[in-house]
Amino acid sequence: MGRERLAQYALDSPAGRQALDSGLSGAQWFHSEVPRKRLKELMARSDGPAIRDTVIWVGLMVVCAAAGGVLWVHGHPWAAVPLLLVYGVLYGSGGDSRWHEAGHGTAFRTRWMDTAVYQLACFMMMRDPTAYRWGHTRHHTDTLIVGRDPEIQAMRPARLVRMLANLFGLYDVPVSLGKMLLHAAGRLTTDEADTIPEQERFRTYRTARLWSLVYAATLATAVVTSSWLPLLLVGGPRMYGTFMHIVYGLTQHAGLGENVLDHRLNTRSVRMNVVNRFLYWNMNFHVEHHMFPMVPYHRLPELHEQIKGDLAPMYPSIWAAYRELVPAVLRQLKDQSYYVRRDLPPGAAPYYEPAVAVPPSL
Amino acid sequence: MPSWIPTVKADDVEAEDVAPFTHGGTEYAIYRSPDDEYFASDGFCTHEAEMLCRGFVMGHEIECPRHNGRFDYRTGKALGAPVLVGLRTYPTRVVDGVVEIDLD
Repeated sequence: MGRERLAQYALDSPAGRQALDSGLSGAQWFHSEVPRKRLKELMARSDGPAIRDTVIWVGLMVVCAAAGGVLWVHGHPWAAVPLLLVYGVLYGSGGDSRWHEAGHGTAFRTRWMDTAVYQLACFMMMRDPTAYRWGHTRHHTDTLIVGRDPEIQAMRPARLVRMLANLFGLYDVPVSLGKMLLHAAGRLTTDEADTIPEQERFRTYRTARLWSLVYAATLATAVVTSSWLPLLLVGGPRMYGTFMHIVYGLTQHAGLGENVLDHRLNTRSVRMNVVNRFLYWNMNFHVEHHMFPMVPYHRLPELHEQIKGDLAPMYPSIWAAYRELVPAVLRQLKDQSYYVRRDLPPGAAPYYEPAVAVPPSL
Repeated sequence: MPSWIPTVKADDVEAEDVAPFTHGGTEYAIYRSPDDEYFASDGFCTHEAEMLCRGFVMGHEIECPRHNGRFDYRTGKALGAPVLVGLRTYPTRVVDGVVEIDLD
């Protein structure tokens, strides 16, 4: 049963076709009412916050990589470890949120700045800029619609070994490198062919060829110098520094509703401290982001205040979110119909649950 | 022959904003630029059927509220993924404080 259901998550599965045929895919979703004037204020773009955050992010990486590198080559590898760990988390975890925000084109007001950060973050996270842009577009059209959303992390039943392995990129990195070589050969996976339009595919092939050269040069440098340092600085952080992006990312949707049309049923918002919010670029306000993706990350706390009357309370901490999602995901191993459904506050708009949601065969 | 259709009051559209208009069961978007010029386009994004009047106007660009796809609303030009197909645009004029569009 579990294996059959997992097969439904493929983008060429019967579930995906059924979602298309029933109108579940591409449907209208619930949005809280926000006065147009206020929404315009919240959507307004500025360069300041993202420039500040990017200077800190890149600056810290440069300092940590330089200092860690010097210690490493001078025979103090253990002294270099804390610095390289900070570098790695900024690279392998901070890169995820930068990929996301710059990909939406909302982080900066100036377009080329978004593009530059997006390309850099894609390289760090080993995500082809074109494939992941289209994949994420689908994620927003069909959030947690089985057979349509290519970004579902915690399926029912969850692939626990893969999820745990990905704390250190042990599944994603080999798969990403394999895809890079596939793209470099001018080919796509089945799921990618489902999301990337024909006229965009040349970008994927071009990027893969460039990245293959960069990784080959990094590997060659490591071999020639007989040092792990090049790999610790390029590519390696996607493994040793990626755990925080998994920790954050699982809070977004794991254990929540599938095949629904209200982000309050399939998405979490979680309070986080200032360090985590910097690394995660406020994506902890995830319900708000899905409901209004035009609002820049730095205005999401204000958007939350605007619409919180419609939302179940934010989870008070990452720990609180995991106290809910871990038992939910474990229960879904046996009961794939189960999901967490939270009570809305008095006066909130009721859940939007049109008949098209939840096709009977799922 | 032009076929001018009255749409919305010019003052009802704020500068650097967009308003909806429906005619004959078809949706249109009426834009007012930062320099108080008026423009009009089809009402739905060409990527997926999302109403552009809910989107965000910045300068001479309209951003779709669903996937952040952008168009130059003066020409309808698609400005990059995920929008690849341009918007149809319509000539406009303001007559007695009302924005008219030419649907011909």
